[in-house]
Amino acid sequence: MAATEQTVEQVRAVTEQKYKYGFTTEIESDLAPKGLNEDIVRFISAKKGEPEWLLEWRLQAYRHWLTMEEPTWAMVDFPKIDYQDSHYYAAPKASKDKPKSLDEVDPELLATYEKLGIPLKEQAILAGVEGAGEMPAVAVDAVFDSVSVATTFKKKLEERGIIFCSISEAIREHPELVRKYMGSVVPYSDNYYATLNCAVFTDGSFVYIPKGVRCPMELSTYFRINASNTGQFERTLIIADEGSYVSYLEGCTAPMRDENQLHAAVVELVAMDDATIKYSTVQNWYPGDENGKGGIYNFVTKRGACRGRNSKISWTQVETGSAITWKYPSCILQGDNSVGEFYSVAITNNYQQADTGTKMIHIGKNTRSTIVAKGISAGKAQSTYRGLVRILPKAEGARNYTQCDSLLIGDKCGAHTVPYIESRNRTARVEHEATTAKISEDQLFYCRARGLSEEDAVGLIVNGFCREVLKELPMEFAVEAQKLVAISLEGSVG
Amino acid sequence: MLEIKNLHATVDGKEILKGINLTINPGEVHAIMGPNGSGKSTLSYVLSGRDGYEVTGGSVTFQGKDLLAMEAEERAAEGVFLAFQYPVEIPGVSNTTFLKTALNAVRKHKGLPELDAMQFLKLIRAKAKSLNMNDDMIKRAVNVGFSGGEKKRNDILQMAMLEPSFAILDETDSGLDIDALKLVADGVNSLRSPERSMLVITHYQRLLSYIVPDHVHVLAYGKIVRSGGKELALELEAKGYAEFGSPEAA
Ligand SMILES: Nc1ncnc2c1ncn2[C@@H]1O[C@H](COP(=O)(O)OP(=O)(O)OP(=O)(O)O)[C@@H](O)[C@H]1O
Ligand SMILES: [Mg+2]
Repeated sequence: MAATEQTVEQVRAVTEQKYKYGFTTEIESDLAPKGLNEDIVRFISAKKGEPEWLLEWRLQAYRHWLTMEEPTWAMVDFPKIDYQDSHYYAAPKASKDKPKSLDEVDPELLATYEKLGIPLKEQAILAGVEGAGEMPAVAVDAVFDSVSVATTFKKKLEERGIIFCSISEAIREHPELVRKYMGSVVPYSDNYYATLNCAVFTDGSFVYIPKGVRCPMELSTYFRINASNTGQFERTLIIADEGSYVSYLEGCTAPMRDENQLHAAVVELVAMDDATIKYSTVQNWYPGDENGKGGIYNFVTKRGACRGRNSKISWTQVETGSAITWKYPSCILQGDNSVGEFYSVAITNNYQQADTGTKMIHIGKNTRSTIVAKGISAGKAQSTYRGLVRILPKAEGARNYTQCDSLLIGDKCGAHTVPYIESRNRTARVEHEATTAKISEDQLFYCRARGLSEEDAVGLIVNGFCREVLKELPMEFAVEAQKLVAISLEGSVG
Repeated sequence: MLEIKNLHATVDGKEILKGINLTINPGEVHAIMGPNGSGKSTLSYVLSGRDGYEVTGGSVTFQGKDLLAMEAEERAAEGVFLAFQYPVEIPGVSNTTFLKTALNAVRKHKGLPELDAMQFLKLIRAKAKSLNMNDDMIKRAVNVGFSGGEKKRNDILQMAMLEPSFAILDETDSGLDIDALKLVADGVNSLRSPERSMLVITHYQRLLSYIVPDHVHVLAYGKIVRSGGKELALELEAKGYAEFGSPEAA
């Protein structure tokens, strides 16, 4: 055992160092005073130079939020959040004028992205910006605390009419698009956290793919919470016009901190006729330490509307971080023959809690949805799959297939499956399969007898268990996601 | 190479091995035969370091080192290999990924550079071909959906890739068809060398006519009760194990 423990310790020392070291101390923030009230909402809106209608929308949301109660139905347990004890706006001071090149972005930030496999290399980006060299595989928008710091390859994309920028910029440059679609999938009154987000959101990404355009590269946003005592409230809005295609990847990290930090994002997707949006998430927020201290509360609302005929929205998520994850990326299948997919891996270790799943709302005829959810629990973690499949009366010939598999490592963790199925059309067909298994002693020994350490064996077996989901990730990120899966289970056996 | 002295082991508090003595020199092939439940697989697990098999007495020295002090993966890296009586399925993990990870772990332990994807593929294709396994089989998930005989062949492929210095084959012949038996035996024989030793567990003389052993032992009720040359296997086939008593007697 000694040798295994030593390696685990070494790897942990390295990763923790990465969390600890660096830029949190180096960058001064421009902070709003702590607390939440109408003045803070106005402050944020003014900081961003927003139009009147948006301020009104924010205030409307804020007033509504005051009337709402924090939901308690999820299988997660945490002390009450004091919403007055947070800063609702934090911008790196240096970036009042946005950095012109990545020279001005902190190298630690870049190192973090690189650790997650984002090829955000300066040379490549400069080449892209100048239009030199070949078409890159990935364009990145980086959100640092509340502010978007760098969007790469913008010109390349503009040549095809694609808009990829921060949501703040979109509000300034493309107000008609933002006004038309923002809040159209997740209304301001949707739920406690989404409503809060509407009031105080600070930045996020915006994508518009024009008719008939296939986005030539992966679009990617990297979110990072840096300043302490800040919440992060981003909004992402992606619109795929008729016959277009886009694949979008979101990654998240946060430094180690003892206090819990709130992250309440809203993501809205709109797919028109024959359009496809593929949205992938690799979530690696700080999960707290092995005693359950610190970590991010990840309370996120993600929803996609398949508005058009034959449209398709596919969610793939690899959730390994956060102290608490509370998210249900959903599809509203409105257009006839539209398709919704949800592929999920949720890994919880130590004291992490995850209540995650999806909703598939079948409205149009012959709409189809597929759900593949893999939950892995280790340590004292609790993981819940919660999914709703709703078939409305007009959804002739709707189909759903759901598969939920849970894998337990050790005997102090738990996995729960809570499927809700509501079918109001007799021609619809809904299938649900669920399995729960323990990582088997036979498998572990078989691997070890071939020379693999116990840690590597667990990593390999769990990656095998998640394969169906991981293969849905864009190539560029699949390998990194596999490593992340193994790393997040460190110390879970032995 | 391997020296087992007065080895006692229990499983779930029940003593299964009751004082095994066995010395295997470099290059030797030893066969172990014996009735069902006599402790043959238990011995193979104890030697390869499986958790839950508690050694209560005795010692095992492997190439001058205390084998029992090593973790399972260290033993594998030091050159101990077990071909399982029941090879295990690992869904979603391809044979190539599994073997590449294993081979590189063992190479790392030996201070050798890791093989890259191309070198590895070339090697595994060549070895698989000699065992009559096609590309499809090496790409599939480890043992998932494999027939009994295919699983055994897959374990031998792993052995051929890892090139251990001491291999234990636990009933590798059971479930193999006549042609496969010949292929596997050829595979095993091609690995025989003056440095490499083997412990072959089997119920049937037939395997031993292909893989000819230097010594044959009878393991009954936790002890080696008789040892001899290859002709002992023929004798056992004719007479059975009756003369070695019953569980109560042991
Ligand atoms: N977990 C366990 N608890 C109790 N008894 C066990 C356990 N595992 C094995 N045994 C017993 O140990 C004895 C030896 O088993 P082992 O598998 O080593 O036999 P074997 O000689 O390999 O038999 P076979 O020829 O059938 O493969 C058997 O009686 C078996 O029932
Ligand atoms: Mg046996």
